[in-house]
Amino acid sequence: MISTATTVLTEAAHGGHVPVVDPGSAGSLALPLVLVIALPALGATVLLLGGRRTDRFGHLLGTATVAGSFICSLVLFFAILGRDAAHRQVSLDLWTWFSSGRWTVELGLLYDPLSALFLLLITGVGSLIHVYSIGYMAHDERRRRFFAYLNLFVAAMLMLVLASDYVGVFLGWEGVGLASYLLIGFWQYKPSAAAAAKKAFVINRVGDIGLALGIGLIFTTFGTTSFSKVSQLTSAASAGVMTAIGLLLLLAACGKSAQFPLQTWLLDAMEGPTPVSALIHAATMVTAGVYLIVRSQFIFEYTADARLAVSIIGTITLLMGAWIGCAKDDIKKVLAGSTMSQIGYMVLASGLGVAGYAFAIFHLLTHGFFKANMFLGAGSVMHGMDDDVNMRHYGALRKAMPVTFLTFTMGYLAIIGFPGFAGFWSKDKIIETALAQNPALGICALIGAGVTGFYMTRLMLLTFFTEKRWEPGVHPHESPKVMTVPLIVLAALSVLGGLLLLNDWIVTFLAPVTGAAPHEEPPLPAIVISLLAVLVVAVGVALAWFLIGKRDVPREAPAKVSVFTAAGRNDLYGDAFNDLVIVEPGKSFTGGLATFDRSTVDGGFTGTASALAGLSGRLRLAQNGFVRSYALSLLAGAALVLLALVVVNLG
Amino acid sequence: MSPTPFVVLSAILFTIGAVGVLTRRNAIVVFMCVELMLNASNLALITFARANGNLEGQIAAFFVMVVAAAEVVVGLAIIMTIFRTRRSASVDDASLLKY
Amino acid sequence: MIAFWILAPVMVVCALGLLFARKAVHCALLLAVVMISLAVLYAVQDAPFLFAVQIIVYTGAILMLFLFVLMLVGVDASDSVIETIRGQRLLAVVVGLVFGATLVLGVAQLSFGTVVGLGTANEQGNVPAIAQLLFTKYVFAFEVTSALLITAALGAMVLAHRERLTPRLGQADLAAQRMRDYAEHGKHLGPLPPPGVFARHNSVDTPALLPDGTPSQASISRVLLARGSVRDAPGSATQVEQLGGGDRSVPPRDDASDQGGAGR
Repeated sequence: MISTATTVLTEAAHGGHVPVVDPGSAGSLALPLVLVIALPALGATVLLLGGRRTDRFGHLLGTATVAGSFICSLVLFFAILGRDAAHRQVSLDLWTWFSSGRWTVELGLLYDPLSALFLLLITGVGSLIHVYSIGYMAHDERRRRFFAYLNLFVAAMLMLVLASDYVGVFLGWEGVGLASYLLIGFWQYKPSAAAAAKKAFVINRVGDIGLALGIGLIFTTFGTTSFSKVSQLTSAASAGVMTAIGLLLLLAACGKSAQFPLQTWLLDAMEGPTPVSALIHAATMVTAGVYLIVRSQFIFEYTADARLAVSIIGTITLLMGAWIGCAKDDIKKVLAGSTMSQIGYMVLASGLGVAGYAFAIFHLLTHGFFKANMFLGAGSVMHGMDDDVNMRHYGALRKAMPVTFLTFTMGYLAIIGFPGFAGFWSKDKIIETALAQNPALGICALIGAGVTGFYMTRLMLLTFFTEKRWEPGVHPHESPKVMTVPLIVLAALSVLGGLLLLNDWIVTFLAPVTGAAPHEEPPLPAIVISLLAVLVVAVGVALAWFLIGKRDVPREAPAKVSVFTAAGRNDLYGDAFNDLVIVEPGKSFTGGLATFDRSTVDGGFTGTASALAGLSGRLRLAQNGFVRSYALSLLAGAALVLLALVVVNLG
Repeated sequence: MSPTPFVVLSAILFTIGAVGVLTRRNAIVVFMCVELMLNASNLALITFARANGNLEGQIAAFFVMVVAAAEVVVGLAIIMTIFRTRRSASVDDASLLKY
Repeated sequence: MIAFWILAPVMVVCALGLLFARKAVHCALLLAVVMISLAVLYAVQDAPFLFAVQIIVYTGAILMLFLFVLMLVGVDASDSVIETIRGQRLLAVVVGLVFGATLVLGVAQLSFGTVVGLGTANEQGNVPAIAQLLFTKYVFAFEVTSALLITAALGAMVLAHRERLTPRLGQADLAAQRMRDYAEHGKHLGPLPPPGVFARHNSVDTPALLPDGTPSQASISRVLLARGSVRDAPGSATQVEQLGGGDRSVPPRDDASDQGGAGR
């Protein structure tokens, strides 16, 4: 087995051969591998079943389980870090989940470099956000339940990235969907939050159908859904089937990662508490789509069409998200638009094939750091501004909240790609690869970077600079330590995240999963592309400075705006489109069905019933209570019998 | 003598009894008509006994008489009771058990 | 044979009379004729035991029971001939005719073969032969019949029995009740007046006349009133006048509604 893996790797290194999933036995890693999921799952179980008894220590238990999970992840990470490439994949078969005919689904865990990075991101950022939430949710009487849901989410997300089988992935996929639903609607007494939760759930179902159908197609094609078996069989499958599977998986990724055309739920999902936005709707869950595509590289490598579709979807979404981010006044919605846009970059990168997978994951990690940082920073700002989210009511907060301002600035510099910060390295690599493979997409990505610079600068200016536009009675103050310490850690990661690329470490580390990319010569020298990107960003920043920083900012959003701004404020009419194309025809259709059911189906039944009832009513009159009537029918019957006898005997 | 005239007479009496049951309203008269029908069947039984040279027909007629006696006793008691509660001996007045 | 041809028309006519006679007593008498005739036919057909049973049980016991109940129930229970159930009489006649015609035609078509006759069976006498059968082959049925008779007797007693709901009133209670009625409703306290001031042939059906000339309803039986056989007091007065000569009487009155002029 080891020799096979080595051969595969050698071949991959030599050119274009797709690596298969061929894990070794977990051995001594089995215990931490199980614990990493079991701890948060246990936490969720205790907190949900324990009820009010656990109110007192619920937040501490919830944080402790995730921290324990993080320690296990570190143990695992360092355990495989020292191994050579061939031994970095380990698996652990737990038990046979179910078996039906030829199909057996093993519940197993697969730990490889891809899972390792995800594990660190989920549990690391997750721990920081749990700590932050202790402060953020301190005054919420349902804090224990909040931590229970967060733990449930972490457990499901870890299941998603650790499963060794598509069905296992589906389990985690649905688990994070459930946790997302529960957490978006956590303040369910707000109608907007309840509606947003429902919307996220329903739109995610559309994507889930893609995943379910994709898994079904994988099963009918290969007879198995296990990663290792499927990856060994894909090289022999027909291109059409692979494209179909790829597109179905892309649909799933679109739903979970808020990509076009299923993007509308993410902006509404900001109704949830801010730590939820940071953890689920920025750092981890929404990147599950990227994980799915990268994990299924053994499928996408055989279908250029599906990969192209992935890239195009990613490019569309990155531009759409940036556009929306420019127009919104709600600080969380700007960040949500930015999240859509950044995930668009990742999806674009993962559509670029072997060359892009590693950079997609790289950007995913750095984005996880700086976006979580900025969301938590936004939460801190809201905390100080009495939960006001409108940036037009902010201004000049840099003095009131110095720590939040400084950490937010780190995140800001990282996302716009200021040279040296994490985002610079990851985004630059994606643009470079895109330009090398498909100049059109690359240029779009370059434009997106400029727009990112614009809207993030706008956010910074409106929030921390310009003059005060506070609501009367609001006294901004710095958040407590329990909230600022996670901010500082995340800010540090936003600055230093780029170190992962040092010496192409991440590319080499992920090579057993993604394959080693053949070297491609970009159309321009790499340094020129970097300079170009910085230049474009600088233009965006300067534009924002002149349009917003130099002018007075009105407290109310101006009503007379350009078509582009209006479109951006309305989420590019995604909801209107859905209403028009899906919801309204659906309503008419179900209305028609209901009418048909009432009139024809029910009418048939009730008509038959009432006809029978009427007939019975007539027959009932025969029971008139007169003995002589009964005797008459008796005699008539006797006469009939007699007639029959006579006819039979004498006839 | 041929049994046929006896049997035909029996049939005629039975039919008259049956029509009487259907047309008369006085419960006691209705009861008399029932007795007439029983007697008509007795006549047939005795006739068949003679035709077959077998006494079992007469035994059967005997049992019919005994049962008829018992029936008359109970039936008249019921008529008495109904009359006592409803002040009427008409069979049509006792028609509560209906739709 | 002659007995049959004589009795058969009589029986049919009497049975038809059962359908048309208005009074229940007439029906009972007609039924008695049918039953006695049947008894004769039994005797003709070598069934002397059943002849006796028919006379004793049916005509003697059952019919007497009928008459007894008739007397108890319905002196005034006249049987109206108006049909109340729509179409019942017509349908009854039609169905009855169909039934009877079919039955008669059916049995008339049958051939009973040669008549064996009961000569052999009744060799030892009819009664011993029946007893032989009844107490050997049919002894169980016989015993069950006795149980049936006892049950019927008990049932009749239970049905006819009336539970007393109020305590029996003694003479003192009745006297007190009369005084109470007088006090509360002004009901006449003394004995009822006797009927028949103008006695002619049966004075019981003629009401007494009060001093002011009005007839007293209290003087005649309620039953006679219900039957409608009460004589008209003023009419009687007219007759009296005619009989008794005119010199000391009031002039004759032809107005029936006027009160009689008794006591002048």
